[in-house]
Amino acid sequence: METFGIWLAALLTIGIISFLYKDNVLYKACESIFVGISAGYWFITYYWDNLYRKFYLGVTDMDNPHRFFLWIAFALGVMMLTRLIGKIGWLSRWPLAFIVGATAGLYMMTYFVSNAFVQVGATIKLPPDFGSVGSYISFGMIALGTFSGLVYFFFSKEHKGVFGGTAKLGIWFLMVTFGASFGYTVMSRMSLMLGRLDFLFGEWLGMIN
Amino acid sequence: MTNIGVIISMVFIFGGLLAIMIYSLRGKDIDRRIIFLFVFISVATSVIFNVEFKEYPTVIVKKVFDKIESLPPGSKVLISFDFDPAMKPEVFPMANAFVRHCLVKGHKIYLMTIWATGQALMNETVETVIKEEFPDAVYGEDYVTLGFKAGGVGVLNVIITDFRKMYPTDEHGTSLDSIPLFAEVKSAKDLDLVLPIGGGQPGPKEWILFIGDPGDVPIAPGLAAVVAPLIYPYYPKQAIGLLGGVKGAAEYESLLRQVYPQFQDVPAPALRMMGPQTMAHIVIMAFIVIGNITYFRSRRRGAE
Repeated sequence: METFGIWLAALLTIGIISFLYKDNVLYKACESIFVGISAGYWFITYYWDNLYRKFYLGVTDMDNPHRFFLWIAFALGVMMLTRLIGKIGWLSRWPLAFIVGATAGLYMMTYFVSNAFVQVGATIKLPPDFGSVGSYISFGMIALGTFSGLVYFFFSKEHKGVFGGTAKLGIWFLMVTFGASFGYTVMSRMSLMLGRLDFLFGEWLGMIN
Repeated sequence: MTNIGVIISMVFIFGGLLAIMIYSLRGKDIDRRIIFLFVFISVATSVIFNVEFKEYPTVIVKKVFDKIESLPPGSKVLISFDFDPAMKPEVFPMANAFVRHCLVKGHKIYLMTIWATGQALMNETVETVIKEEFPDAVYGEDYVTLGFKAGGVGVLNVIITDFRKMYPTDEHGTSLDSIPLFAEVKSAKDLDLVLPIGGGQPGPKEWILFIGDPGDVPIAPGLAAVVAPLIYPYYPKQAIGLLGGVKGAAEYESLLRQVYPQFQDVPAPALRMMGPQTMAHIVIMAFIVIGNITYFRSRRRGAE
């Protein structure tokens, strides 16, 4: 059974990689299998975790004082499905509005604190190891990069003279940042490929110890 | 074998690159499939010949290692497996290295996930690392698996005040009240360190925003490379250190082997992947250089 699984995984991997040559039937089949299995996996997971554990066990637990609130969540879930029924499809906007509102409320203060206040504070304050040559360079780069980056995004004044030069420096900092992101993305994608090659040459073909 | 592999790989890579450069300088277009094939073969030869390079730990990775080292034995460390099989090659080695390090130091580990796909991977770590390499580790006293809970950041928002409201039981249905590891743990604020591993949303960033900052809990994320640049701004105040992609994982494995020689023979998949990674990066950088040379040459010809 394990051998069958390895062969199946190997053929599916080759099927997906075959897209790099050109779009083909094998790729389409593998893609459909992947999408179908993913959908099935998520459905089963959410069924047992949400509908069974949270909802069914919650509403049938007579000691749970908040069990009636679960019916509201259930009703919102059913309303989401009305999207599939043309005439009453507008009902699905209510649970969507609830999700958007709840998410915005959940994130708003957290983002203000963590991504604004703490980040600005950490940028302004001197680092604990300030004093060494490395820390001078590091702090100088952060100060210069932050300032020039902000100047680049200030469009109320024409980018000319000293202001324009600073904005240009800001672009350089941004480009270096994008370059670092690109490098990391390449590493990430290569890791995915390596994972599959490791499987093909190792578990499937047995060429790696 | 490795040396022969390096020589064969280098000959192939530089010979092929030279041929492609000459071809493109003649003004001929290169089919993108040739580039794909070239990258594939250069990486495949590195994988087959097991090309490896020595890793030197960077400060940002060493800080995570030092933090786990400096915690007194018995400290409470939570590891969250917030990833899927697609991310497995680059972040799973981090998870296993963290588990090994924590258990060898005598820390208590709490395993959980806010990704449904993380559950099976978490159990793989339990079966292949904890049970095989640390047979004396006792479930409930040295480690516990909480499993998956749906809700994303909602889960984090609850466990920062009370674990039991979100996890009345562990993964196996045992009440948290009867698990010794939870005797002194009410919420995530009672943890000494959190190691979220992942690269999507919700993931390490949400752990910083919803657990690290409000609960003043030290966070040291292990990240898929694609999100690492987005988390760097949180270092060092909001994240005490971080592991970025397979490179970070390889550095951590290298540190672990240096400090604990008993791990010399355990698998180090990230270290093994760095050879092919390096080859792939050399090839991609070479293609960028070739592309630019060809572009400027053709532009100069156009001007003439």
